[in-house]
Amino acid sequence: MIRFLLYRLALLVPTFIGVSIVAFAFIRMLPGDPILLLAGERGMTEERYQQLQHLYGFDQSIFVQYFNYVADLLSGDFGTSIVTKRPVLEEFFTLFPATLELSLCAIIVATAIGIPAGVFAAVKRGSWLDQSIMGVALVGYSMPIFWWGLLLIIFFSGMLQWTPVSGRISLIYFFPQVTGFMLIDSLLSGQKGAFTSAASHLILPTIVLATIPLAVIARQTRSAMLEVLGEDYVRTARSKGLPPMRVIGLHALRNALIPVVTTIGLQVGVLLAGAILTETIFSWPGIGKWMVDSVGKRDYSVVQGGLLLIAAIIMIVNLLVDVLYGLINPRIRR
Amino acid sequence: MALLEIENLTVTFKTSSGPFKAVDSVSLSCDKGEILSVVGESGSGKSVAMLALMGLLPWTATVTADAMRFDGRDMLTLSARERRRIIGKDISMIFQEPMSSLNPCFTVGFQIGESLRLHLGMGRAERRARSIELLKLVGIPAPEDRLSQFPHQLSGGMSQRVMIAMALACNPKLLIADEPTTALDVTIQAQILDLLVRLQRDHGMGLILITHDMGVVAETAERVQVQYAGQKVEEQDVKGLFADPHHPYTAALLSALPERALRRGRLPSIPGVVPGQGDRPPGCLFAPRCQYATAACQTAPKRQDRALGLALCNYPLVDGVPQGHPGKAAEVNA
Repeated sequence: MIRFLLYRLALLVPTFIGVSIVAFAFIRMLPGDPILLLAGERGMTEERYQQLQHLYGFDQSIFVQYFNYVADLLSGDFGTSIVTKRPVLEEFFTLFPATLELSLCAIIVATAIGIPAGVFAAVKRGSWLDQSIMGVALVGYSMPIFWWGLLLIIFFSGMLQWTPVSGRISLIYFFPQVTGFMLIDSLLSGQKGAFTSAASHLILPTIVLATIPLAVIARQTRSAMLEVLGEDYVRTARSKGLPPMRVIGLHALRNALIPVVTTIGLQVGVLLAGAILTETIFSWPGIGKWMVDSVGKRDYSVVQGGLLLIAAIIMIVNLLVDVLYGLINPRIRR
Repeated sequence: MALLEIENLTVTFKTSSGPFKAVDSVSLSCDKGEILSVVGESGSGKSVAMLALMGLLPWTATVTADAMRFDGRDMLTLSARERRRIIGKDISMIFQEPMSSLNPCFTVGFQIGESLRLHLGMGRAERRARSIELLKLVGIPAPEDRLSQFPHQLSGGMSQRVMIAMALACNPKLLIADEPTTALDVTIQAQILDLLVRLQRDHGMGLILITHDMGVVAETAERVQVQYAGQKVEEQDVKGLFADPHHPYTAALLSALPERALRRGRLPSIPGVVPGQGDRPPGCLFAPRCQYATAACQTAPKRQDRALGLALCNYPLVDGVPQGHPGKAAEVNA
């Protein structure tokens, strides 16, 4: 296990180098100049422009810029935002809890609905229930997130007025950030109605972000269950006279979960990618919206740093999933 | 009255190409303390008949019978819940593939303990004591250590012993062994058979041994029932069957045994294969492969009386001579 972990950690190094090059190069390939964007419509003198170019190091060759960037990274410096002048790492950790809260809610919803749905579909294979679940899953999987989000806003926020349109909490509430999770902080603040407000702001973004992972998890659970239900050990369990709930929910599901857990882990990447769109639609102040805004402003250091940090999170989660896989599968454990 | 009595059991599977009769009017009985062997090639409906009794067939199967009684209870009219109180307790079954019949995600102790808790309501300590006792009974060394092991840590022979221990957990009245030695190597086969016979004798259980191996039959059984393509073609006690088989199929099976080969050289074999769904002959199902078949065999063959082993044949053999056969009998007499 230790060997395996070390091997996987070593693999992170080349991946990291690759991501840093991609992040560095891609944002510079976009037309547009961060300094001109910063100046806005009024423009600036040529002299001031040269001064700022020199300040940010943009007057050096691209290779020198890259090596300076990597050298800073190695000393733990992710750079400073050109727009806000705050360190990238600091901004990231301020905004990340919002994304984490949304992603956690989404993955919980996706798992809590997706696994039972997949199990039902597999057990009732070929029935109208199976076909409707799989039909809905296919639609959910194919749905463009931004369009789905807008539809929900029009219907639930616009027509029914059930949920707020954007943000994390109503502006009338203010309390200090403790955990960064609005649901927990609003409870801690003890203000009346704060929690309900935070929760109602979460509903639509969670649904939108959960849709694709939910569809993937349901489909994966169904196929894993179908395979497992035909196994000899399921027949053995039934031959003991165990009730169907126990045969399906324990003997079969326990085995079917092994591939499903891997799928759930892989959805973290999908979630963070989905968060970019979802947060933009719902003005959710997380890292997804932060990244989109920074791309718009050509905030090179934020885009580079943010991509690198997101990549790091995905890699760490994948590593954790591999470890978890070993824990739930006894054949790998020892 | 016998422990288990089945009369005219028919099992039909719905398939995409129409109904398929896997078991065709099979009658079977097994008494307390008796070993009945059911013999036949693959696809002769041996396992399906027993799975029908256990209620373990998929929903595509339709089971009909004139009677199916176990221990004085009518198994046909039982609800699924009532049946589950009998299977795993009074009737238990072990299967062909021990390695895949145990659930890879649970320990040996958990899997044995499950029936003990379900049917006998034993507590944790009691279950552990009984599990150790059972593992000792089936000849597993260091049973305390084995309880916490997972199936992948056991060899094939060990797995089958664990399966037997699980089946014996609630002291069943009837044990059905579905090709228990097919997947094991020869030395282990003999050990498992000895174990089954010893346990059967010690516990006074009925034992139904499903096999396609005539050698296994000769070593263990008392009464033998030969099945072909879903039909019972002959039933005799084991001595009688080996001395004087009455159905041409039984005779052909026996002459294919290496030990019984009359002369050196190639072993005799039965040409052709068991008819499948599409190519079932109209009359006697064995007719296309039978050396004695005549035009009369194109219609349903006659069931002979008990003196002729209930042979399902128009020309039952007596000392290898087909009785009442138009051509062959004359040939032999001449």
